[in-house]
Amino acid sequence: MRAETVEARAFSPLRLERRFQWSALRREIYRNRHYYILMAPYMIIFFTFTVLPVLASLGISFTYFNMLEPPRFIGWQNYSRLFLNDDVFLIALRNTFYFAIITGPVSYIACFIFAWIINELPPKIRAFMTLVFYAPSISGNVYYIWQIIFSGDKYGYINGILMKLGIILEPIQWLKDERYIMAVLIIVQLWMSLGTSFLAFIAGLQTLDRSLIEAGAVDGIKNRWQELWYIVLPSMRPQLLFGAVMQITSSLAVADISVALAGFPSVNYAGHTIVTHLMDYGSIRFEMGYASAIATVLFVIMLGTNLLTQKLLRKIGG
Amino acid sequence: MAGRRVPLFHRQKQLNRSFAVTFLLFVLLALFGAFMALPLIYTINNAFKPLDELFLFPPRFFVRNPTMDNFYDLVYLIGSSWVPFSRYLSNTILITVLGTAGHVIFASAAAYPLAKYRFPGSKALSTMIVLSLMFTPHVTGIPNYMIMSRLGWIDTHASIIIPAWAFPLGLFLMRQFMEQLPTSLLEAAKMDGASEYRIFWQIVMPNVKPAWLTLIILRLPSLWGSDGGSFIYSENLKTLNYALGQIIQGGIARAGVGAAVGLVLMIVPIVTFIISQSNVIQTMATSGIKD
Repeated sequence: MRAETVEARAFSPLRLERRFQWSALRREIYRNRHYYILMAPYMIIFFTFTVLPVLASLGISFTYFNMLEPPRFIGWQNYSRLFLNDDVFLIALRNTFYFAIITGPVSYIACFIFAWIINELPPKIRAFMTLVFYAPSISGNVYYIWQIIFSGDKYGYINGILMKLGIILEPIQWLKDERYIMAVLIIVQLWMSLGTSFLAFIAGLQTLDRSLIEAGAVDGIKNRWQELWYIVLPSMRPQLLFGAVMQITSSLAVADISVALAGFPSVNYAGHTIVTHLMDYGSIRFEMGYASAIATVLFVIMLGTNLLTQKLLRKIGG
Repeated sequence: MAGRRVPLFHRQKQLNRSFAVTFLLFVLLALFGAFMALPLIYTINNAFKPLDELFLFPPRFFVRNPTMDNFYDLVYLIGSSWVPFSRYLSNTILITVLGTAGHVIFASAAAYPLAKYRFPGSKALSTMIVLSLMFTPHVTGIPNYMIMSRLGWIDTHASIIIPAWAFPLGLFLMRQFMEQLPTSLLEAAKMDGASEYRIFWQIVMPNVKPAWLTLIILRLPSLWGSDGGSFIYSENLKTLNYALGQIIQGGIARAGVGAAVGLVLMIVPIVTFIISQSNVIQTMATSGIKD
């Protein structure tokens, strides 16, 4: 499907001469100048607000910088302080991983299972169920509703129901009690996690090549599970890889719902994550060098987890 | 390739599942469907509840005597507050419309060469886009603030709108979708002497309409729900979501108005999705990360 002819033509001068030549490269760039011009607006913004900041953040993380004085180089001090002297960071790190290990895989599998079930429904109902499952992830900041549902007084829905049923006598402080904060946040995060990857899975299932399934039936696929494992999953590999990136990245970046529901900082840092720790140092204490070190650690964790998962998922099915 | 959109349930050789398993699956679906939908239904109900119903014990889920009072209060608030409420609304609309439109145009312009041609740097740029899907803007927050202040964009809407144009997911999905445009179509236009810009604007763009809608639905909710972040300080530049936060802090007296604003915030992305759903699904079919 790719532009074979165009590609071959575009590459011929470079292919013939393996040796790298500046003049050839310059000619190539000149010949393709229209493409660079088309890409320029996007790429200028992308480099200014994504690539440059990643590099700058890495640089600042080796300095002491408070926005008033010029940054002062201090080597690895920020990092050693982060891992050796900052107990709260270790809590944040533990919470983030705890969060990601539960919400990441659960939401990923949920996205797939629901997409798989919904795909079997007649078109009208399918469109409606897609909307029902996808809506929470795009309905803006309505997660404040959960504040009312889990409200700590007897007017909260959960407390109201449990008290009416006689399971509890006193309202439970869901969002102020260390024991419950994480669980509540995980539920809310899962609620809004059927997003882009869910749509990608539904789309992947709908455009699945029918002849593959028929061929499978001829070749002795006995039940739906075998069909799922041997035919559906392997042919959806690109979507599965894409979905994994989306779910991992969002499950490691949980912060907004923690701030909105558990407060900032949350009781005894029970809902503290790497991102809220970053917000603490970046936008309250203005220790920009230290905050940049946190950001860099977060960047490494996100990229590392994603690349590792990509490698693992590619192995499945050869 | 994308033309084969035959739904699975139509096929003849359907492998049968036992009735029990099917039943179980649909109970599961109904149960989780309720879990997903109830908070949203609750938001809708709340917006129409009179004040005495908002504070019932035990709390009641559905509205009994629906009223438009909350919306009247909202309109009243629009006229009477220090910063007119309509200002928050128009700021939000401005940010959403400009941010989304610019994103669709610039991401498409960048996606077209990356999808259809190879040239020095094209591979590196594609890789960079995939890598940037793997982290969130939190990572770049601090240097971003400094860059914004260098550019003099702090406390202007540009600080929200312009970075929104270069959202990596949009470029990624657009590129994947454009890859399946037939090359012969572009070649033919070139034969006729059309410039690359004309090909992009008059041939490529009209052919990727489903992808536009996808980019819109992915970009719109976060812009519509933007609270101005750390870049906007002036009250008259703030957004609807910020106003919602203020109203909620106003406490019990404003609970009804808060519910009405919540509904306004929620309904726009959802309606957009309802309108664009089939196009979005068509685009997402090409979303995969290829080996």
